[in-house]
Amino acid sequence: MVDVVRVLRRWVCRPALLSGVAVSAAMTLSAAAEAKTLTAVMHSDLRVTDPIITTAYITRNHGYMIFDTLLALDEAFKVRPQMADWKVSDDRLTYTFTLRDGLKWHDGKPVTAEDCVASLKRWAARDGMGQKLMDMTASLTASDERTITLKLKEPYGLVLESIAKPSSIVPFMMPRRIAETPPDKAIGEQIGSGPFRFVQAEFQPGVKAVYEKNKDYVPRAEKASWAAGGKVVKVDRVEWITMPDAQTAVNALMSGEIDFIEQPPIDLLPILAASKEVKVHNTNALGYQTMGRMNFLHPPFDNPKIRRAALLALNQKDVLDALIGNPQYYRICGAMFVCGTPLETEVGAETLVRKTGMEEAKKLLAEAGYDGTPIVLMQPTDVGTLKAQPIVASQLLRAAGFKVDMQAMDWQTLVTRRASQKPPKEGGWNMFFTNWVGADVFNPLVNVSLNGRGRGAWFGWPDDPKLEAFRDAYSRAGSLDEQKTIARDLQAYAYEQAIYIPLGQYIVPSAWRTELTGVLDGPAPYFWNIDKAD
Amino acid sequence: MFGYLVRRVLAAIPVMGVVAVFVFLLLRLTPGDPAAIIAGDQASPEQLERIRISLGLNEPIYTQFFTWIGKVLRGDLGVSLISQVPVVQMIGQRIEPTVSLALSTIILSIVVAVPLGVIAAWKHGSLVDKGVMSLSVLGFSIPVFVIGYILIQIFAIELKWLPVQGFRSLSRGLWPFFERALLPTLTLSFIYIALIARMTRAAVLDVLGEDYVRTARAKGIAEHAVLLRHALRNAAVPVITVIGTGFALLISGVVVTESVFNLPGIGRLTVDAVLARDYPVIQGMILLTSGLYVLINLLIDVAYTLLDPRIRY
Repeated sequence: MVDVVRVLRRWVCRPALLSGVAVSAAMTLSAAAEAKTLTAVMHSDLRVTDPIITTAYITRNHGYMIFDTLLALDEAFKVRPQMADWKVSDDRLTYTFTLRDGLKWHDGKPVTAEDCVASLKRWAARDGMGQKLMDMTASLTASDERTITLKLKEPYGLVLESIAKPSSIVPFMMPRRIAETPPDKAIGEQIGSGPFRFVQAEFQPGVKAVYEKNKDYVPRAEKASWAAGGKVVKVDRVEWITMPDAQTAVNALMSGEIDFIEQPPIDLLPILAASKEVKVHNTNALGYQTMGRMNFLHPPFDNPKIRRAALLALNQKDVLDALIGNPQYYRICGAMFVCGTPLETEVGAETLVRKTGMEEAKKLLAEAGYDGTPIVLMQPTDVGTLKAQPIVASQLLRAAGFKVDMQAMDWQTLVTRRASQKPPKEGGWNMFFTNWVGADVFNPLVNVSLNGRGRGAWFGWPDDPKLEAFRDAYSRAGSLDEQKTIARDLQAYAYEQAIYIPLGQYIVPSAWRTELTGVLDGPAPYFWNIDKAD
Repeated sequence: MFGYLVRRVLAAIPVMGVVAVFVFLLLRLTPGDPAAIIAGDQASPEQLERIRISLGLNEPIYTQFFTWIGKVLRGDLGVSLISQVPVVQMIGQRIEPTVSLALSTIILSIVVAVPLGVIAAWKHGSLVDKGVMSLSVLGFSIPVFVIGYILIQIFAIELKWLPVQGFRSLSRGLWPFFERALLPTLTLSFIYIALIARMTRAAVLDVLGEDYVRTARAKGIAEHAVLLRHALRNAAVPVITVIGTGFALLISGVVVTESVFNLPGIGRLTVDAVLARDYPVIQGMILLTSGLYVLINLLIDVAYTLLDPRIRY
């Protein structure tokens, strides 16, 4: 008992003892308290910190904080210089990139061409567009400390677009010793040359990630536009705080405890919009595309007629009404490469956007000789933006004559099962749904659903050489007009074959305190250019 | 007593061993793939497979088990598959909010509930008794998150007296710690006050009917002394049991309260690890929790001997 009392006394007395400690700690912390700190709640917590090993958007966003890119895309979809400028030879076979002055890694060492070559190679080993670029590349070398030379086997129209890729996986530059980490192993250090430094000592996975202004960063002189232009940092610290409860995040924003919420839930937006101290704005004009994917390996969706019947049975309005509800935040859009991009076209999507395919679906299903094989449709119950699509789709597919076995599971189980190529009865599947950031599907090469390399393709595994031929032709196209024509034909073909089913576009606005100014638009949230009033 | 303590500690070792084997196997039988979380949505099957290999997930289960248990025996709980942060460090970062909240909740609950329970028993059948019991039912019935949101709305949003969320370590000062701990403590205390008050009332009520209480009263001992020295002390054993198990439950994580008030405690760490199938973190957490349960049960047993001289081991 005496011991218990002693322990209790120690606990009770501890605050008093600590008050002395607190005074000195407070003095130390006062510097941090005076620092201009921007506190943000992101869409997810940061756990994986290697932006090359994963396609997770939170890690991409983390990458933009601490790493930089050679080139970047601006809001007009134009490639702009960022760390490097470039020249193209007359025969379009040699690209020469020259690093600009003043580039330093966070450990103080200069950025060299060798670092960038190693970074590009590691990125290309993981990214589909990067792999394509390397397929067309004869050599990628550092000619001197500041010059990178890329020689092609034949003219390839997407060299610059590949290196300026704005979304997952972004070709971020890293020091050579880090970039030489095998592409399937996470990097051990967070050393970039970007506008912020990662504060490793304060990193708590699932709780917070802290970034400090990189005082050695030399921004470009041009105006910031998406990830291009001058990355001028106007705050001292950025803290990403994880808040699992959306209502708490909204309350914290309204009370001024945090400054920014990347993706508040749609149903809480009216509360935020009503506040005079909060601004609600969509920074990502391309938004998200929600889509359904069928498994090409097993009946009944190994039959193109049955896949087509499924596509005809679905429509975007019903899905978006259930998923988002408020038409202010969604857009019916038949463009596989999303609406608002140069490749936008609705060819082939008439029934999806006009909700007119049900009768044809029934007819086609009968013609195809559907034998009543149940469709195993996976529903993730723990992801708010993926719960509604399977329910609506099940109902519409049943109405067309399909027998549907909708199976509820958590997202982790779904992604594990999705990787199984076995028949549905042996743990496989027939259909699932997911969402993409618009920038991840905005051309035939980044849109992984259009990969037709069979069992090596993205989940669903369509084996379709014609798809690959379209993608090859697109990559070799010499002009935007030619690219548009190929993309249009590809989209028409993909709808005809029901390669995947785009179910509409939606936006998720961000919300921030009115003390913040200079928040940039873009496919990812950027924290440079933002100032915070005292 | 010392011999008893040693025997109990030794007996805990096979318990922990069984827990370790059971948890390890159960996790491997649960569907899920940490490689899929790491790789993200666009990864191809080949990329997933390569990440699995680099994480050692394709090794035979027994190899994985012996590698892990070997590290545990050396005090190393491994490294998170997802974030590559050592599990011990992750738990260390999360333990302070959990322990602080558990202690403040249990202290507040005891301070409020025990007197309420004693008074309710003493005034058995009166309006006071009925009032205490009604409040107790209310405390049980209202979900924790509802109480949390109501308190936030009143004290943080409307009155602006306290922050909505977050945790500050005691090392950053008493007030920053206190202002953030108050609302979650109040929220969680409702249910524990209800539980302990009911248990105290029932136990004291039983004892008040005993002969020795009647004798004490007949000897003219003051009523408060009868209640505290004779009734409450003899009724303390079941109350201590409830307090002990309540404390263990609080330590093992109160994920709803942690979420509502954004407290980075071990409840959220465990849930996040389960959702991501972060095996080393889950295994580490369950080992820690089971160890804590063993320890708390031991402390409860020791407390029995201090309260009731008839109990000897």
